[in-house]
Amino acid sequence: MKQKTRPVPGPRSPRKPAFWRALEERAGDPAFQEHLYNEFPSEIEAISDPVARRTFLKLMGASLALAGVTGCTRQPAETIVPYVRQPEDLIPGRPLFYATAMSLGGVATGLLVESHEGRPTKIEGNPLHPGSLGATDVFAQAAVLGLYDPDRSQTLLNLGDIRPWSAFLGTISAALTAQRPLEGAGLRILTESVNSPTLAAQIRDLLARFPSAKWHQWDPASREHVRGGAKLAFGEYVDAQYRFGQADVILSLDADVLGCGPGSIRYARDFAARRRPEQADRMNRLYAIESMPTSTGARADHRLPLKPSAIARIAREIASALGEAGKSGSGRSGGSGESGGAGGSGGAGASGATGGAAVVQGFSPAIAKWIDAVAEDLQAHRGSSLVVAGDGQPPAVHALAHGINQALGNVGKTVVYTQSVEAEPTNQLDSLRDLVADMNAGKVDVLVIVGGNPVYTAPADFRFAEALNKALLRVHLSLYDDETSALCHWQIPEAHFLEAWSDARGYDGTVSIVQPLIAPLYGGKSAHELLAAMSDRPERSAHDIVREFWSGSGSSRTLPAPPANEEFDASWRRWLHDGVVPNTAFAPARVQVVPGFSPTVEPTPTTHAADDIEINFRNDPSVLDGRFANNGWLQELPKPITRLTWDNAVLVSPATAAKLRAAGSPAFQGGEHGQIITDLVELRYRARSVRGALFTVVGHPDDCVTVHLGYGRSRGGRVATGAGFNANAIRTSDALSFGAGVEIVRTFEKFSLACTQYHHLMEGRGMVRASTRDAYVRDPKSVHEGDETPPRTITLYPNYPYEGYKWGMAIDVNACIGCNACVVGCQSENNIPVVGKDQVLRGREMHWLRVDTYYRGRADNPETYFQPVPCMQCENAPCEVVCPVGATAHSHEGLNDMVYNRCVGTRYCSDNCPYKVRRFNFLLYQDWNTPSLRLGRNPDVTVRSRGVMEKCTYCVQRINAAKIDSEKESRPVRDGEIKTACQQACPADAIVFGNLNDPASRVAKLQAEERSYALLGELNTRPRTTYLAAVRNVNPALGE
Amino acid sequence: MSQIFHRSANTIARVSIFGAVFFIAGLLVLLAEVNRSPWMTESRVAREQPIQFSHERHVAGNGIDCRYCHTSVEDSSFAGVPPTKTCMNCHSQIFANSPFLEPVRDSFRTGRSIQWTRVHDLPDFVYFNHSIHVNKGVGCTTCHGQVDRMPLMWQESSLQMEWCLDCHRSPERYVRPRGAVFRVDYVEPPDQIELGRRLVAEYQIQRLTSCSTCHR
Repeated sequence: MKQKTRPVPGPRSPRKPAFWRALEERAGDPAFQEHLYNEFPSEIEAISDPVARRTFLKLMGASLALAGVTGCTRQPAETIVPYVRQPEDLIPGRPLFYATAMSLGGVATGLLVESHEGRPTKIEGNPLHPGSLGATDVFAQAAVLGLYDPDRSQTLLNLGDIRPWSAFLGTISAALTAQRPLEGAGLRILTESVNSPTLAAQIRDLLARFPSAKWHQWDPASREHVRGGAKLAFGEYVDAQYRFGQADVILSLDADVLGCGPGSIRYARDFAARRRPEQADRMNRLYAIESMPTSTGARADHRLPLKPSAIARIAREIASALGEAGKSGSGRSGGSGESGGAGGSGGAGASGATGGAAVVQGFSPAIAKWIDAVAEDLQAHRGSSLVVAGDGQPPAVHALAHGINQALGNVGKTVVYTQSVEAEPTNQLDSLRDLVADMNAGKVDVLVIVGGNPVYTAPADFRFAEALNKALLRVHLSLYDDETSALCHWQIPEAHFLEAWSDARGYDGTVSIVQPLIAPLYGGKSAHELLAAMSDRPERSAHDIVREFWSGSGSSRTLPAPPANEEFDASWRRWLHDGVVPNTAFAPARVQVVPGFSPTVEPTPTTHAADDIEINFRNDPSVLDGRFANNGWLQELPKPITRLTWDNAVLVSPATAAKLRAAGSPAFQGGEHGQIITDLVELRYRARSVRGALFTVVGHPDDCVTVHLGYGRSRGGRVATGAGFNANAIRTSDALSFGAGVEIVRTFEKFSLACTQYHHLMEGRGMVRASTRDAYVRDPKSVHEGDETPPRTITLYPNYPYEGYKWGMAIDVNACIGCNACVVGCQSENNIPVVGKDQVLRGREMHWLRVDTYYRGRADNPETYFQPVPCMQCENAPCEVVCPVGATAHSHEGLNDMVYNRCVGTRYCSDNCPYKVRRFNFLLYQDWNTPSLRLGRNPDVTVRSRGVMEKCTYCVQRINAAKIDSEKESRPVRDGEIKTACQQACPADAIVFGNLNDPASRVAKLQAEERSYALLGELNTRPRTTYLAAVRNVNPALGE
Repeated sequence: MSQIFHRSANTIARVSIFGAVFFIAGLLVLLAEVNRSPWMTESRVAREQPIQFSHERHVAGNGIDCRYCHTSVEDSSFAGVPPTKTCMNCHSQIFANSPFLEPVRDSFRTGRSIQWTRVHDLPDFVYFNHSIHVNKGVGCTTCHGQVDRMPLMWQESSLQMEWCLDCHRSPERYVRPRGAVFRVDYVEPPDQIELGRRLVAEYQIQRLTSCSTCHR
């Protein structure tokens, strides 16, 4: 008798839920429903087959016996290695925190780094830094692994041979001596965006000594079009800083302003602070027009998916509806630059509609209505509205956004302009183009590449690699021996930012001194030291260079170090301690939109037909432009929205995929809800092609593909190499962010994608809750429709008394932007291993915290919600009662303790956990052998081995540390004293942890709020982690 | 048909069935006792060290306080093993040429640490914090024994979980006044239980037996 599948239990007939996680779920697909209940669909046959069962029992018996034998070990003798001379302020066993900063794309974020006896182990944001306010992004969280990466370049190489630094000094000084009579005509420096005042001064010094030398910049992580837009609008390079705290109505033009880019961490905090429905009149409203769905679009109250080229047209339309400077294109005279008050709100709306019909063909009435409503809303909030253009949009759209902001009187209120944070803002595309031309012309004798990987990241039509080979002496300073290093004569290992002295400006200009946490592990050199090697004082240390710069003798290259100045000494120490140099934020600049900028604003070329497929190039949310490609934490991080790991993909809307007759549906193979088996397609674009896996994204505009850069690395470490495909291969300089006319061709081959969206589905239950502002104000209980949480009296088990502390957590779904900083923060804090793509395909990723993505509404443009799910620490925990060895037990403060040393790996607890938050070490996932990785582990958390269950513990190591400190001072733990790793990393302040027995604590107050709900409360598990429902502030004119 | 088995077989069978129960029980007891024995726990076994450092000489002989060397015992989980500099504070003057101290001088000269063999070695999944125990009135000698009578250091207690729980369940049996924590000559008063109860209340000592108190 063979049972094919387990019957679907209970009366759960296929029904269409309000919220859904996959299109199949939305459609009520019976196959999907069945799949929800079959944890191991591929094993069904084996379980019901008696022969296989006998084999299974035999194997089980043998493993039990063998497992018992492996338990008989004696502890090996250990040694204690004390200091010879102990540093004064160091107490062994207690971590120290140092302030530093991490630069990315020419903008720094202030950090506090935890150091255990000299080993940096955990990175937090610096609360004093305006760009961080204590939070971080995923890249900063993962920097610890980047530091200890065993694949980093470890030796100075000359054509593959290990050479000493002195040999390089000899070579470079000889080359520079040869350049001296030419005034450096053959000398080129290629850097990424420079936001270090010291480094800029050093480069300028070099250029002063070699007046004909040139400084080029190319940084794929920085924002080419943003600079261009500012130049276009204002005639000079300025940075826009947004004040989300002041903004009531925000329009994003393809801008992921909350999810990435300069200041995004700060912006997310300010934005989320104005989203609390308890203060309904303060709630802001966000409109997002975007191509690839992003975190910002997910949080938007109204989202409009459009092809990237169409966004420029919409922007013009809104501009003209507002009677702003966008007059040229529309042909309407809407008003001149000073036309602050052009038209009342009603008038603007009406003229917008007519304008829409007149100017822009092809916009449906729905979109026209959208434009009207947005324009009207912006108009009604003059001075408290904000328009932000996205990094991928062309300069013209940025200029339009600046124009609209000025016309709405937002400048100085919701947006301020300052001088550029970059030391030398320039058109980097032209800069790189010039360099390639010079190399091809044979004009380059010495090329020094300071950071970056231009061979991989340069636009394909530049043929950078070919040109590079024509430079006579090529030097590359980089963290990895990568694609560019392979073509350079000298490869200099770069010091990681945690190993080097430097300085850096944050998004508002605030300077941080970057101080090292550890001596260079592999003798790396910083950019300062490389530039010093090219000066007449080659052996100066980076510390001396930076200190000298700030001590006032500054940029002068020949002056000796100033006499020890006690006053400077004190302030230097203060800067290092605080992590910020006071009063270095830029003052707002007075800039005016150039009155005549509009004629130069060209709409994107419309030479292509409307149904041409457009291609959209984006930096990857996890590995960016490829610089983090060798970081396992980031590779395994489920990307926001797509929740893909280990790969990039050809992202299209489901309708487009259907048109191609290609599919990207889950295969329902393998354990715990399987993998995506999808079609491999070839992207052909301007005579270049690349092959990648097709993946459907709901909410993506039709006839448009998005590809993420940073994958398909051919060299750069064992993690990076081989993952995904290289989208740079089809990216050209005239379509840096998007272009039309791409061709998608099916190859009839299949590819497996490790997507976690189908994992841990909680059997189709456990949905997020959401409402709208008006409905919530009318009846706050409305968010809990259908809630079946039983009264607390219904339980067979006696209630636990919680006399001291009663830990709990509140997660605000309304604030969560799905950025994943919490996930990496948790991974770093709790020594969570990386498992690799093959294991993720089997549903075995180890993250203790996952960010579930839910959708509601139309399949082509759904509302999106993020619900982070850690262990709920249930009071009636289903896991505790089924453990045969007592390895998971209830603590007197209400935690579900997980005792690794007791766990024998029956996995009953995981089976019985309705939230699916327990993770099992099926294999020896942790790397016990690589010495450098051991340095980065948190010594306060056990490193788990094979066969052990693990899960979120509310960062019990932090709870215990705080409790011990408070006990020693004979006081209770203060509210906010304990921050879990996820809470600390969260930019949006969505996670709050504390003592529920203290009614004055933040968490107790949040849990008492009307929109607080327990996930799967109907199971009477009484979770200690509860959620605050999302409340969207919809515009009544547009409806839901 | 005659009987195959003799009558006595009944008795043998009964005895052996009954005996088997005792035998197995005895075996289990034996296993448990072996596990508790110094052979397993290595308690009261003096360890070889790179330098024949005598706590007896330094504590009983010279009267040096525990905290002179174990500086972080009140602040940190780790009591601290002194840096070579601490040894040299005295031994640059006293026994400055003793051949026994050559490894110390060598370490100080070369900057290479002395590698001591760990005596009290808890498993890696146990997180013990010295500072809170000292703060709550657990004396050094309560766990470490009469250190002033140990020429070479040994581990006095079994360091097994039942030993920890013994005190965590009934701390009043062991705590002493805070002022006496570092005294090696402290003798338990006859009314320890009464004193202990008073101290438990005064120091707000909790009976922490949740797993996550020590394991995480």
